[in-house]
Amino acid sequence: MSRAETVPVSEAVAASAARRPSPLWTLGLLRSELVTTLRRWRTLALLGVLAAVPVLVGIAVKIQTRGGRTVDHSGQGPAFMTQITNNGLFLVFTALAATLPFFLPMAVGVVAGDAIAGEAGAGTLRYLLVAPAGRTRLLLTKYTTVMAFCLLATLIVAGSALIVGALLFPLGDLTTISGTRISFAEGLGRALLIALVVAASLVGIAALGLFVSTLTNSGIAAMATTVGILITVQILDQIPQLHALRPYLFSHYWLSFADLVRDPVYWDDLVKNLDLQALYAAVFGSAAWARFTTKDISA
Amino acid sequence: MDGPSATEREAGDAGNRAPGQPEDAGKPAPGSVEASVIATRGLTKRYRGGQLAVDGLDLTVPAGSVFGFLGPNGSGKTTTIRMLMGLIEPTAGTVRVLGRPMPRAARAVLPQVGALIEGPALYGFLSGRDNLLRYDAADPTADPRTRHARVAAALDRVGLAAAAGKKAKAYSLGMRQRLGLAAALLQPRRLLVLDEPTNGLDPQGMREIRSLIRELAADGTTVFLSSHLLDEIEQVCTHAAVMARGRLVTQGAVADLAAGARGRLVVTTPDPAEAARVLKEQGVGDVTADGDRVTGEPPARDLAEVNAALVAAEVRVRGFTVERASLEDAFVALTGEGFDVAG
Ligand SMILES: Nc1ncnc2c1ncn2[C@@H]1O[C@H](COP(=O)(O)OP(=O)(O)O)[C@@H](O)[C@H]1O
Ligand SMILES: [Mg+2]
Repeated sequence: MSRAETVPVSEAVAASAARRPSPLWTLGLLRSELVTTLRRWRTLALLGVLAAVPVLVGIAVKIQTRGGRTVDHSGQGPAFMTQITNNGLFLVFTALAATLPFFLPMAVGVVAGDAIAGEAGAGTLRYLLVAPAGRTRLLLTKYTTVMAFCLLATLIVAGSALIVGALLFPLGDLTTISGTRISFAEGLGRALLIALVVAASLVGIAALGLFVSTLTNSGIAAMATTVGILITVQILDQIPQLHALRPYLFSHYWLSFADLVRDPVYWDDLVKNLDLQALYAAVFGSAAWARFTTKDISA
Repeated sequence: MDGPSATEREAGDAGNRAPGQPEDAGKPAPGSVEASVIATRGLTKRYRGGQLAVDGLDLTVPAGSVFGFLGPNGSGKTTTIRMLMGLIEPTAGTVRVLGRPMPRAARAVLPQVGALIEGPALYGFLSGRDNLLRYDAADPTADPRTRHARVAAALDRVGLAAAAGKKAKAYSLGMRQRLGLAAALLQPRRLLVLDEPTNGLDPQGMREIRSLIRELAADGTTVFLSSHLLDEIEQVCTHAAVMARGRLVTQGAVADLAAGARGRLVVTTPDPAEAARVLKEQGVGDVTADGDRVTGEPPARDLAEVNAALVAAEVRVRGFTVERASLEDAFVALTGEGFDVAG
């Protein structure tokens, strides 16, 4: 076969050899990942549910307090709910306190669990890898996207709560848990800070979910496992006999964000929470990397 | 120097010509053995379940060839391709693609390789165009400024331009296959690895894909084409390797492979019984008569004498030919079994 001996290389291939990839091009994958995640019907449904929670809480409080009655508060969460009728800004704190134990981490668990396993199951992972996305680069992109989702989900809860609170209740200066008064502007600043801390609280479960996602080729299995772990950890955190273990459960310090509504702010548990999340991110991030960079992709 | 670091630059340009040296186009990069685009040595894969899928494979794919990778279902073709692309780790042996070791040099090698592996995989909720935009974005060497134009060109090339805006979940199997091919054609490639690209296509679709493969090969792209269809390999390939149960049975130029198996002598006659008797006398082996066709393995002696003997015995001969051996004959001769055996 004469064709095999003389190799005519096309102009096009020759031109491609001359191109100089810019390091910035690598960000194209992150952009694609963010857009693709947000275009999934499942992601939109989760965000829709999260946006609806403050609406339901706000309406429930409004109905219950019609005619001057006060809310009888019997939950264990921070006592924000009784304050909502005085100041709509408290709906932000209440909504975050209501969604942080389950809805928010569940949404993050679903997105993180699906991140690698879902693509493996659909077979799209092998095409990303031969593109070549690079395993470390793809994993970093996925983790960044899951963290962006943590922030987005939290901001949607907070934003929805702020809008509903402003519509249904008065706004103004607010009384902190410590009893001091701060201006509405400062209250708004604290609310934003709380949203950031809540988003950071989800970093641990995000890393855990991503690690689980590298273990299987079924997105559903990875999502279910991650949400199962979330529920298990929440239950373990309620068992007094396990008090030695509890400080290491990723959800243990979650509600410490309420300390940001104290005056002065009580930092101890907040810092412990952030340290714990960083620890989870480091441990499960490394585990996910070790697994994903050596895994046979045969789906 | 702007752009990637020095090591990355080296990696990106190895096996490829540096800018400003057009006369070197197509020649091997210094220091790399570039006669073969794919070279495996003792390549072996045992899956975790214990299944030995590929066993000591020594494959050599010459540059510029259309290389047919032939074998029945389960013979280890896809497993081999996964190792070539760095998706799975070989249990033993080495792989070099474009002269560089895989999977170590994947970052430098794979941008120059287009692949269709075990059928297309698409994001059903994205349009065909958005699927390609995503795959292109995954390649860090793909220029985002030309992305839309390249995607449009690839869609056009596989005849999907009209359906580009449709959600991929609404695509037929043939359209999915084409979109998978388009993903392999997003950039100019030096090597295309196509795993059963005509699977699930109707005859018209198969013809179109085959003519596309010929076009690409004419541009100088090496094509590595796996198939379980013998006639497909015979129609489009210059070279072929035959797999059976994870082992390489043979490889070489298609013409040589077919020549390795001896053709069959075919005599067309209204007197088949008499013809068969004479042919046996003349040393023709394995004589079988079927209607007016009598066939057999040609003897070592001059066929002119065989023909003369037929005429002397007053056998009326309508036709006297040696049919060239097909690849299937070669396969049967090599493995002693039919082609449709699953491994
Ligand atoms: N992921 C896997 N795990 C275990 N065994 C596998 C896997 N993929 C393929 N095999 C087995 O390896 C052998 C070769 O399969 P494959 O490479 O897909 O063959 P082909 O592509 O030629 O049809 C088959 O026996 C198949 O069952
Ligand atoms: Mg196969």
